[in-house]
Amino acid sequence: MKGIIPIAAVIGVLAAVPLVVQSNATLNFLVVTLLIALAGQGWNILGGYGGQYSFGHAAFFGTGAYASAILQVRYGVNAWIGFAAGIAAGATVGAIIGGLTFRSGLRGSYFALVTLAFAEVLRIVASVAPVTGAGVGTLIKLDLGAQAFQFQSRVVFYWVILTLVAVSLLIARLLERSRFGVWLIAVRENEDAAMALGVNATMVKFGAMVLSAAITAAAGCFYAQYFLFIDAGIAYGTWISIDALLTPIIGGVGTVFGPLLGALVVKSLGEGAKLVAGDAPGLDLVVYGIVLVLVIWFAPRGLIGAVVDARKWLLRRASRSVRETGHD
Amino acid sequence: MLSPTILIPAILNGLLTGAVYALVALGLTLIYGVLHIINFAHGALLSAALFATFFGYHAFGLDPYLAIFLLAPAFFALGYGLQRFVIGPASHGEDRNMLLVTLAIAVILENALLYVFRADTRTINLPYAFETIDFGFTFLAVPRVIGFGVVFVVALLLWLIMSWTDIGKAIRAVAKEKLGAELVGIDVAHVYAVTFGLGTACVAIAACLLIPTYYLNPQVGNAFVLIAFTIVVLGGMGSVPGALIGGLVIGVVESLSGLILGESLGQIGIFLIFIAVLLVRPSGLFGARA
Repeated sequence: MKGIIPIAAVIGVLAAVPLVVQSNATLNFLVVTLLIALAGQGWNILGGYGGQYSFGHAAFFGTGAYASAILQVRYGVNAWIGFAAGIAAGATVGAIIGGLTFRSGLRGSYFALVTLAFAEVLRIVASVAPVTGAGVGTLIKLDLGAQAFQFQSRVVFYWVILTLVAVSLLIARLLERSRFGVWLIAVRENEDAAMALGVNATMVKFGAMVLSAAITAAAGCFYAQYFLFIDAGIAYGTWISIDALLTPIIGGVGTVFGPLLGALVVKSLGEGAKLVAGDAPGLDLVVYGIVLVLVIWFAPRGLIGAVVDARKWLLRRASRSVRETGHD
Repeated sequence: MLSPTILIPAILNGLLTGAVYALVALGLTLIYGVLHIINFAHGALLSAALFATFFGYHAFGLDPYLAIFLLAPAFFALGYGLQRFVIGPASHGEDRNMLLVTLAIAVILENALLYVFRADTRTINLPYAFETIDFGFTFLAVPRVIGFGVVFVVALLLWLIMSWTDIGKAIRAVAKEKLGAELVGIDVAHVYAVTFGLGTACVAIAACLLIPTYYLNPQVGNAFVLIAFTIVVLGGMGSVPGALIGGLVIGVVESLSGLILGESLGQIGIFLIFIAVLLVRPSGLFGARA
């Protein structure tokens, strides 16, 4: 219960935002931010808790987006079922990539490289395959209504994505408390030592990959419903692979709230840069890149880690001054 | 169906292109061999070098081949500085962080180029770009033949540096046994930075060789770097001969699969090789260990 209260508090505060702010631009900004936070939480499960840094989470995001969109557009499947199918498709791709890479024992640089390559292969396939609409992309027909997962009001979309983020926070919290999560963290800290203690590292990493892929795929499905259009460059583009790893690392890698905090900070900085220098392509990503370097450099455990460290430091200083006055 | 008159020029052109790929891969494999990380900024550095060549030509009429003598030292310095003053200190000695920092540098460079120059694709028109040499049975483009020659000169120079100079010996020592090298007084941070600088200089030379027959835009480096990843993985991470041979092989594979399957699917062929090699034999053809 103890771990649930902060999540409930944060989600409660965020849920109340539309009661105060109704501007479309702000809500749109928040929806996109939460979408990135969700994709980032997916990355965080595998990268943050499991220590496997994927550079190609676009593979899952894009598969989720395409699967749900194609099922609706080409096969007339209901949007909600398409949504669930998209998550399942993303998880399946995660299982395939995870099965292949972890079985071959790929780690570190190699793992980053393979995930990146898989995302690229999928992007190229999606940009030529007829079923994805090739270069033209896939357009979901406008059909406002809850049954089609399309809402007139951005507020509803906002609450939907907030619900998804809440679920992802709960999953991360449950993971931390579970035996599986402890195994996963053990693998991150020292894979060989964990195996020596009887942890099946390959299976643990595989499980984390599937869960991670499913969460990021959910973000992809939501993207398709919200923007009603995807193409290969959006769905499988490097931007989402980067955003997915940027948010947890900046917020606090391997923490429940890291991706959410990171997404809020990063997207605010991106918007701020646009305000200062005008809306030009590339600028926000330049800012993200610089922030990423600075965070790794000066706050390797992310903003949450920096806050924890600062508090410890203050407490230590306070207790030392108490001790020193005691000596007098 | 495929007569030798089509096949042989395709193979030869593949070899010529492959040589330039090999040079990009050489830089990557050099860095991996010593620092044990993949430099994800390699592609963005290639894009930056292409823009530098482009502007050297447009602003000062600097011939791309002469620009090698200016850009190679400049990019060596850039690579040295990046590793010594950014990547090294920022990553606190953790491989995972080094990967992220190189990725961040790639994002910064690529998008800074996009911001400044927009997504437009540019080319330069050199008077000799379309000249060919008649080999009797086939014609080959002059710039590609020059490129092929330069790559082998560069590879030879690198080999000489590695074999005969003190810094070359220090680099090999650090690659083999970092702690031991540190104990005998080798400045590892300096060696890392020199290696990164050499890798970056390779990219600058490759840019000068590419520009007469290629186009440029802020993302162009990515296409090459994914091919370079494949080459390095195929040849064995850290292996210099592996990178050269791998580059030529991939050049021919691309040329032939482009001929048989068409342009866009030809690229997929390369990635499939890449994934297959990583999964079946991650140490590559010439690599000693995974």
